[in-house]
Amino acid sequence: MGKLKLIIKREFLAKVKNKSFIILTLLSPLLMAGLFSLIIFLNEKNSEETRTIAFVDESHQLETVFTDSEHTKYVNLTALGLEMAKVKTKEFYYGLIYIPKNDSLINLSKGVAFYSEDTPSLSLLSDIESKLEKKIRNLKIEQLHVDVEKIKATETNVNIASENFSGEKSSKIGSLLRMAVGGGFGYLIFMFIIIYGTSVMRSVIEEKTSRIIEVIISSVKPFQLMLGKIIGNALAGILQFIIWMISAGFLMLLVTSIFGIETASSATSVGQMNPEIVQQVQQTSASELQLVLQEIKSLPILTMFFSFIIYFLGGYLIYSSIYAAIGAAVDSETDTQQFMMPVLMPLIIAIYVGFSVIENPHGPIALGFSLFPLTSPIVMLMRIPFGVPWWQIVTSMLLLIITFIAIVWFAAKIYRVGILMYGKKPSYKELYKWLKY
Amino acid sequence: MKNILTVENVCKNYGNFTALNNVSIAVPEGSIFGLLGPNGAGKTSLIRIINQITLPDSGTIYLGDEKLQPHHIQSIGYLPEERGLYKSMKVGEQVLYLAQLKGMSKTEAKKKLLYWFEKFEITDWWSKKIQELSKGMAQKVQFIVTVLHSPKLLIFDEPFSGFDPINANLIKDEILKLRDEGASIIFSTHRMESVEELCEYIALIDKSNKILDGKLNDIKQQFRTNQFEVGLLSDNKEVLFSEIETKFKVQKSKASINNDLRLLIDLKNGETSTDLINYLNNKSQITHFTEIIPSANDIFLKAVANNG
Repeated sequence: MGKLKLIIKREFLAKVKNKSFIILTLLSPLLMAGLFSLIIFLNEKNSEETRTIAFVDESHQLETVFTDSEHTKYVNLTALGLEMAKVKTKEFYYGLIYIPKNDSLINLSKGVAFYSEDTPSLSLLSDIESKLEKKIRNLKIEQLHVDVEKIKATETNVNIASENFSGEKSSKIGSLLRMAVGGGFGYLIFMFIIIYGTSVMRSVIEEKTSRIIEVIISSVKPFQLMLGKIIGNALAGILQFIIWMISAGFLMLLVTSIFGIETASSATSVGQMNPEIVQQVQQTSASELQLVLQEIKSLPILTMFFSFIIYFLGGYLIYSSIYAAIGAAVDSETDTQQFMMPVLMPLIIAIYVGFSVIENPHGPIALGFSLFPLTSPIVMLMRIPFGVPWWQIVTSMLLLIITFIAIVWFAAKIYRVGILMYGKKPSYKELYKWLKY
Repeated sequence: MKNILTVENVCKNYGNFTALNNVSIAVPEGSIFGLLGPNGAGKTSLIRIINQITLPDSGTIYLGDEKLQPHHIQSIGYLPEERGLYKSMKVGEQVLYLAQLKGMSKTEAKKKLLYWFEKFEITDWWSKKIQELSKGMAQKVQFIVTVLHSPKLLIFDEPFSGFDPINANLIKDEILKLRDEGASIIFSTHRMESVEELCEYIALIDKSNKILDGKLNDIKQQFRTNQFEVGLLSDNKEVLFSEIETKFKVQKSKASINNDLRLLIDLKNGETSTDLINYLNNKSQITHFTEIIPSANDIFLKAVANNG
């Protein structure tokens, strides 16, 4: 045990003292925060820009549609005629809306054109389209001699609040929250396995190429060395993760406190464009916030926490021992390609399946992949926020532990032989032979 | 004499390949034992088994009187042929780590380490990284790693490769000193002149089999060819040569400094060196007379060729 501790300590320190580790650990939260602020900043800049759009309305029925808003101003050039208006727009304005002369309301929507120097954004076009559609619709309603206000009163907004039989409430926001939490956890494990698995592999290759391996395994068992390496790297990863979490939280706070006020004001400016939606949001936002809090409370937090730890450990140990075996089997990192694909495959499949699973968390695909031990750490974690029967969690964990033991045993065998083999690029057949040595 | 290491009937196969076929050796305590053999003969396989890096398929190994056990690694120091240390780890930290893996306590390791660093005059290397050292310097560190825990049995695989003559000599003296202090040494090498110089016992392994072992002197006796080199003063060398040719199996040797006739004479069964001296003495004045003793190199080549 003493020796294992020594190895873990060395591997941990070797990883943590590494310059690239330090830089990555300290810099990436700053980088993320910088990127985040940049996006917010550019967004603000973008929405601050105002542009003037000219229009020629030869039908004379839609002029009232074009009222100035904060970022868009309208100029009526109907008097100039289309050709003159085009020339003037090219010189002074962003673009020109042309509505041809038309007597019947039914044909009014046809032949509307937008002229501009550069291609207009989709959102601008759809904004203009919806404005025109609404106006034409209102005109048509008036033509039918129906009160527009009465029609408005019939508009309703349905928000289904679903509830399961044991009385737990669920809602669309709740499912979204579950999707986010499950997806986040699954993705976290995926990233951690790949980053730190590769790091274990590199460390094994380094020992092999620097030839220190023979000195070390004349003092300790190869299995101790492999285990120490895996654990040491995991500890370094956990440290990095904790540092990231703390600094991310801190920087988030910093960023939002700097940009906080402005984001609030931009929200109101969006509101000005669609007053009806704002009203709805204001009505529902209070109750929905409560709902979100309620949803968070109703998540199986304890189950999530413990299963995160177990699946995280199981998944990481399984994959990093495979990575260690690969590192032992090859002479250099360039030779790892042929073995990497089959290892990455189940992980990538797990992520793809996982993101479809959160849409349908209790289907047969979800069940299958959350029991299969090479994908269960990711897929099951994504399912757990939606509530998974106990027997499924227990079965999946048992399978995970059995697989873990089997894989570590196999990996240790390949590792033991591989670390002393030089100059050969091993095939799968060769690896199979090593298992029998 | 007591043996520090006894290897009995060890076999090792890798798949269909036989690395060691029923090999037995005995290393007497306090001796330097040369483990010789061509490349790929199985020396490294045997050394790895002694170090418990791999296990033999069959056969037993004893360290002293005890059967080889995991805790015995503390009593063995191993310098592999392919040297290596962690490149980005500092010298001091690294040696301490490797010593602790051998079971030493940190304080004990530190004390010993200072002793060796002072001996080699490298105390200022403590916080240098291995990658900043030259190859020879790294070799010195590796030598210290091997001997730091004062093992009873030291295994050196090509210990002099990578050293300049001065440092090779320094290491050689240290090896001899360690032997005098009671350590037993297994010494695997291709450099036959160092075998001649250092080894008291040798074992020769070729194609997975041990083909020769014993005291170096005894083996030399065994490989004597009864060939003598003689020098004779003569005015008419050709006449003398043809005269001797009728009596003995003879060939000309390389020319010598004082321009005498140098001959290599093989004695047949029943002929003794006294017969030869008496005969030559009657013919001419003898300036030179030595028995050609086979060198370790000759023995090596001959034994391997015979094993064919």
